[in-house]
Amino acid sequence: MGTDQTRVVVTGLGAISPVGADVATTWKSLLAGRSGVVPLTDSWAGELPVRMAAWAAAEPAALLDRTQARRMDRCEQLGIVAAQEAWADAGDPAVDPVRLGVVVSSGIGGIASTLSAYDTLREKGWQRVSPFTVPMLMPNGAAGWISLELGARAGVHATVSACASGAEAIGYGIDMIRLGRADVVVAGGTEAAIIPLNIASFAAMRALSLRNDEPQRASRPFDKGRDGFVLGEGAGMVVLESAAHAARRGATVYAVAAGVGYAADAHHIAQPDPAGAGATRAIRAALADGGVTPDQVVHVNAHATSTPAGDVVEGQAIAAALGAAARGVAVSATKSMTGHLLGGAGAVESVAAVLALRDRVAPPTINLEDPDDRVGVEIATEPRELRARGNTPMAVLNNSFGFGGHNVTLAFTAV
Amino acid sequence: MAQTEQEILAGLGEIIDEVAGVPADQVTPDKTFVDDLDIDSLSMVEIAVAAQDKFGVQIPDDHLRNLKTVQDVIDYVRRPAVTA
Repeated sequence: MGTDQTRVVVTGLGAISPVGADVATTWKSLLAGRSGVVPLTDSWAGELPVRMAAWAAAEPAALLDRTQARRMDRCEQLGIVAAQEAWADAGDPAVDPVRLGVVVSSGIGGIASTLSAYDTLREKGWQRVSPFTVPMLMPNGAAGWISLELGARAGVHATVSACASGAEAIGYGIDMIRLGRADVVVAGGTEAAIIPLNIASFAAMRALSLRNDEPQRASRPFDKGRDGFVLGEGAGMVVLESAAHAARRGATVYAVAAGVGYAADAHHIAQPDPAGAGATRAIRAALADGGVTPDQVVHVNAHATSTPAGDVVEGQAIAAALGAAARGVAVSATKSMTGHLLGGAGAVESVAAVLALRDRVAPPTINLEDPDDRVGVEIATEPRELRARGNTPMAVLNNSFGFGGHNVTLAFTAV
Repeated sequence: MAQTEQEILAGLGEIIDEVAGVPADQVTPDKTFVDDLDIDSLSMVEIAVAAQDKFGVQIPDDHLRNLKTVQDVIDYVRRPAVTA
């Protein structure tokens, strides 16, 4: 593996999710198998075929300075809240601004602001459109605001790849540090897309669960009764740092961000390749990039969104990539509890993966009552203690796949 | 409905507090928007729109850019109406 100069570690975590307004609450809820899915009580939901979703556990605007919040779309507010937590968690480090980077993405950006501005334009004319509309709706908005807040000048990037955006941001951040472009990078993803247009759009694709009468049982990855995903919102952020920089300032290190693997399906704009070749390649690439062998892997935070097609493909890809070592790996689908956070998913799930390493426990998968027997790997339905196999540090993988054929796998190892 | 300087100043203070987060008591007539109150051009647009709602006075862009201090805005609001 690389020298200290290129070794990348995780020194801070931040999250605001449907099961907790911060990292500690989110993690505690995941371990307890708590669901954040609720019925949609807004009047606009009555007309829609899907009437449940997973809202963030706290109103982000209430957690921010009012002037700051009113200029931001909700996805940007969530992003800033998580970034602030991660930065404080890392110890509010002193970093040369030109050595500090930000990589934060959202799948769809400030769409609620786009629609609101459109209504204002039609109803009141252009003079009433807020001058902050463009910064609110642009998908790189969260990245920009976080860079501004932290004074990060090495570079600010937004890696849009639908449901893989949050994971890809972390992968990009790892590479930024390895390439010597930055010593510290705040990386993650955010999404706030629980609005009628998005629900209707996903419902039109038949991608969402219709189990409206049992919201907390609707997100059921790997279960035979799954019928689509449940929309969630939230943000996750990690502070990535070169091991050398972290050591110099005596930072507390959660885990090593060992590697990232990318692949593309080139199969269908929204459906996964049933052969799972891209997913398998991404997992293998992450292992290779991180210098991790399959038997170091003790846990996988699966992408598993509770769609009929996707979950099986992923299970088989994990089995193919890990081979015999797949036996004994605790595979968990935390979307069973949080729902699908789209651009925020890969980041919140990376936070969960890192904490699984720290606490040596994999979170459960809830609602798995009748496992699909085509999955090919064993799914953890209870919190599972993690133990290293052999003398090498244990490793945890996080998969994220997105519409467009994106496959991203992150590999973290114990310090 | 002629408003006094004090009323306009108070109204402006509310607007600036809402738009830019500057406490109303810091909004004194002598202050410049850019240097003293740290208010950017995007916020100035918002302030102008809010001022239109509150005082019934439109401030076109080419006039707005000449309003450098709080007093400038108070004077603008109080000036006699110009018939189109």
